[in-house]
Amino acid sequence: MAEPITKVSIVVSKGSLEGVYPALIMANGARAEGMEANLFFTFFGLDAINAKRIEHVKVAAVGNPGLHMASLLGVLPGMSAIATRMMEHKMDEFDIPGLPEFIELVADAGCGLYGCKASADLFGFSEGDFVPQVKSIITVGEFYAMSAGGQIIFT
Amino acid sequence: MTTSTLAGVAVERDAEGFLADPSLWSEAMATEIAREEGVELTPRHWEVVRFMRHAYETTGAGPNVRLLAKTSGVSVRELYALFPRGPAKTAAKIAGIPKPHGCI
Repeated sequence: MAEPITKVSIVVSKGSLEGVYPALIMANGARAEGMEANLFFTFFGLDAINAKRIEHVKVAAVGNPGLHMASLLGVLPGMSAIATRMMEHKMDEFDIPGLPEFIELVADAGCGLYGCKASADLFGFSEGDFVPQVKSIITVGEFYAMSAGGQIIFT
Repeated sequence: MTTSTLAGVAVERDAEGFLADPSLWSEAMATEIAREEGVELTPRHWEVVRFMRHAYETTGAGPNVRLLAKTSGVSVRELYALFPRGPAKTAAKIAGIPKPHGCI
């Protein structure tokens, strides 16, 4: 039998709902299996841990063929909000937590949450801008050091 | 499936160590399975294990971590402190019930 995975480090680089959820589900699932898990939020992925933006992460209505609607409709005002509301309603039905609760869940499950220093600098964020579950802002080098001996997943 | 002896009873277990037949389970087996998992059962562990067992007996399945925390009143944080190798999975194994399904 192949050697089991005991540790994962997941990079979240996108700031859309569909960009953030898979990473959280995988991190939470890793902890539930007893694996060590870290989440590294970079670039627009930082929105998922930004205290002011966490409640406003939306489904992408443009350039998202998965929505199965005419591209032209996606640019209409409020389309992203509608798509997000529909998605949130669906997730609620299946008892999938909202983003703030999900972030709290993975942190309570012992998953390490980190912000990317280069991106935080780029957007002018400091630790005070992030939700309290974020342990710290770290460099790429620190991320690799932390990921030693595990698998790295980029989303 | 492999056959092993737990608390003096021969039982079938899957590759991860879950009992094939939950009806053969006893509390004496729980202590032995817990020891394999590196867990020394305290009264608080027992609360969770019995809760899992009860959930399985009444609903046909053990809950995942989030649902376990919600329904048992033991917080996610404490569940992981009690069962560091995965609370729902480990408590289910100790309770002699199938591994909880679901991704969240």
